[in-house]
Amino acid sequence: MSSTTDSDVQPKGERTGLAALVFDSHARSLFFQAILALIIIGMIYLALQNAAANLAAQNKEFGFDFFDRPSDIQVLTTFGTWLVGYEAGESTVFDIFMVSIANTLIVSIVGIFFATIWGFLMGIFRLSSNFVLRSFATIYVELLRNIPLLLQIFFWAALLRLVAPSERGTYGTLVPGLFQFDVKGIYGPYPIVEPGFWMTIVAFLAACVGAWFYARQAKKKQDATGQPSPVFRVSLALIVLVPTVVYLITGRPITLEWPNFVTEGPVFRRGFELGIGSYIAPEFMALFLALFTYTAAFIAEIVRAGIQAVPKGQSEAAAALGLTDGQAMRKVILPQAFRVIVPPLTSQYLNLTKNSSLAAAIGYPELVAVFAGTILNQVGKAIEIIAIVILVYLTISLLTSAFMNWFNNRVALVER
Amino acid sequence: MQEHETDHWVRTHEAPILPAPASEVGIQGWLWRNIFASMADYSSPGKAVNSVFMTIMTLFTAYALIWMIWTIFDFAVLSATFSDPEGLKREACFVNGGACWPFIQAKWYQFMYGFYPEENVWRVNLCFFILGAGIAWLVFGPSHKGKVAAFMLIGFPIIAFVLLNGMPIEEEGDLGHLFAGAWFPVLLAAVFFAGWWLANAGRFGDVGQAFAPAMLIATGVLGLFAFLPLVTGLIDVVLGTEVVETNKWGGLTVTLVVAIFGIVISLPVGMLLALGRRSNAPIIKYSSVIFIEVVRGIPLISVLFFASAMLPYFLEPGVDFNKLLRAIVGVILFASAYMAEVIRGGLQAIPKGQYEGGMSLGLSYWQQMRLIIMPQALTTVIPGIVNTFIGLFKDTTLVLIISIFDLLGVLLNTLKDPEWSTPTTAYTGYLTIAFIYFVFCFGMSRYSVYMERKLDRSHR
Repeated sequence: MSSTTDSDVQPKGERTGLAALVFDSHARSLFFQAILALIIIGMIYLALQNAAANLAAQNKEFGFDFFDRPSDIQVLTTFGTWLVGYEAGESTVFDIFMVSIANTLIVSIVGIFFATIWGFLMGIFRLSSNFVLRSFATIYVELLRNIPLLLQIFFWAALLRLVAPSERGTYGTLVPGLFQFDVKGIYGPYPIVEPGFWMTIVAFLAACVGAWFYARQAKKKQDATGQPSPVFRVSLALIVLVPTVVYLITGRPITLEWPNFVTEGPVFRRGFELGIGSYIAPEFMALFLALFTYTAAFIAEIVRAGIQAVPKGQSEAAAALGLTDGQAMRKVILPQAFRVIVPPLTSQYLNLTKNSSLAAAIGYPELVAVFAGTILNQVGKAIEIIAIVILVYLTISLLTSAFMNWFNNRVALVER
Repeated sequence: MQEHETDHWVRTHEAPILPAPASEVGIQGWLWRNIFASMADYSSPGKAVNSVFMTIMTLFTAYALIWMIWTIFDFAVLSATFSDPEGLKREACFVNGGACWPFIQAKWYQFMYGFYPEENVWRVNLCFFILGAGIAWLVFGPSHKGKVAAFMLIGFPIIAFVLLNGMPIEEEGDLGHLFAGAWFPVLLAAVFFAGWWLANAGRFGDVGQAFAPAMLIATGVLGLFAFLPLVTGLIDVVLGTEVVETNKWGGLTVTLVVAIFGIVISLPVGMLLALGRRSNAPIIKYSSVIFIEVVRGIPLISVLFFASAMLPYFLEPGVDFNKLLRAIVGVILFASAYMAEVIRGGLQAIPKGQYEGGMSLGLSYWQQMRLIIMPQALTTVIPGIVNTFIGLFKDTTLVLIISIFDLLGVLLNTLKDPEWSTPTTAYTGYLTIAFIYFVFCFGMSRYSVYMERKLDRSHR
């Protein structure tokens, strides 16, 4: 087993027998791997055996049949309950599982969207030559990054309770004529779709396809002749105007259902009537505000580092070519900064998604709060439930990573 | 050369250095460059739009900034209630609309120590003192920083644990009985003797030399644990410490315990995982990869739920180990995976020549890692490591979800006290706690910047 180099170098001569085996790197590696494998298998075996014994002692069985049980849990009205059509007493545990996943996803997607915009803004502000903008962004970033998210969630929840009019029979206005709010949430119009609406959707999709073709043609033309086309304006006009025109021609097939504010009758009935109009729960708002402001602070630092990573010569070269500041930013700086920004940005998106699980502390019904909280207490199948929660998060993480890797490959530098 | 000499004018004296124009220096110049320059360019329509936009943004931001600072200042100082001489509790804070500082004074003990018995609180204070002194030494100390750092990383957690928990031999306390059996010294002696014999008897030659260090290390680790009950026994005899069960710990004490144990253990575990991930041995590599990726893919809460709800099923029936310990294990598992990825980044940044240089010097794998690779890799990723520490410190708040009373948990608990229920109590509490967390996290990030500058040996 001993290698030839050993025998060449060793003046003592070749090791034999056991010694040769002990000092052979390959044999050693195999030995340690075998030990590790044994330990892992042994631990899994012991864990499973213990689990079986523990379950038997508690008269429980391993299985996922609890999914079919009817669920009488009252859940906060959220995007998830609307999407699944959840009714306490009529739906099953599987429905509430879907509700909680939908809630996790919606708060993550909305949070990621706003965190990206706000984070990019703050990141650019941090590099601004304007003292006011720079110090605002610096204070913002340092303050929010160094305070635990959970504390911030509690703070936002308390702040929302403070600003909302708490007396029954009063409400405040968020967007005049559209959205009102009271201590129980934000209320707005709910669009009821009528039969002819599919034509508007088709028009929208067609406009998107048209804009895509136009952008491709414009790029071909610019590559061939150097003549730029107003791609942004034409696309915007297509995507906005075409569906609007179709919507108007087909006779406006959407009616808005306005929230109904009850001012008469018994006091406890006063306020906005439930189930009429659209509704955003304050728990969602608190979680969303905390998540997006907190993550934006991290994104700001990533954006700042990304822009600083682009050598100064690049912006000077852009200026020498006669590009305006905006053009230089769009065509020279940002594409290069993106290469640095995208990988850490991905992990921030994933962090936001995972951090949405902190909603368990304020009662927004997302995956951990509903499933690892309420359902676990009702059903008591800890192994199955925690395993499902872990699997769902792993799936979300892997999908997000896959998408961002694809995006990263698109923006990555193609070296000759 | 038709021109006359006199056509040329050569300056023979240096021109006097004029002061810079007033608009470029001093307060005026600073204001111009840092505030007004960005809003004063109206040379073209595009630039004018830009300038107007900047003006609006600046005004708006300045307003927001001043408003926020003023609101906090007004809340915390101007309209705050500072003292409650008559013991009115909540009534005292109703008068002014601002912060209710007597609430913080009344609950300060709980914020710091939770429900730790008052007659034993000196033990916590001693821990805080050692921690403070150690950190002060690391920041301002004149010399021996390496030794102090090693003590803070290895010795301090043990001392802190012994002090906080107190574990006399005779008491079958929470954790003490694990290492207190009579079998322990015997086993220790046996292992030590075996190691010593292998190293010196010469009969097994190289084989003995290969195994002896492992045996000696094992003896050391076991000895440490055997030593602990002796130390605590001694402390018990001398000072009369008694066991304070972990469910009485709370507040900043628990936060620091979770954070320090998390930091101290996740760093070496993270190093091993990072090395494992870069290993050529497939089983070691893929078990590291799976562990790291799974843990990084799930939120800390689910790890904590795993540790609190699922783990008991996988243990021997009847075995039930401490709730705080389970939370710490959860935090360590979580932080180790992140630490591993940070350190892997550092390892990847080490040029291949460093590994080859180590090999050509005849160093073993562990010698290479210890003497050449790890010191460089860790120095490169100090910011990442400290960021993980800061993240871990903030994440300790999550233990309140599995009902352990850390700083934030204690605050939420005290907010339920009806004697102090005023509209501003919650905000006063949040502000105080946020300030405490901010001091720790911001301090750590500043320290990392300082270390980064100090350890930067590159020639860039």
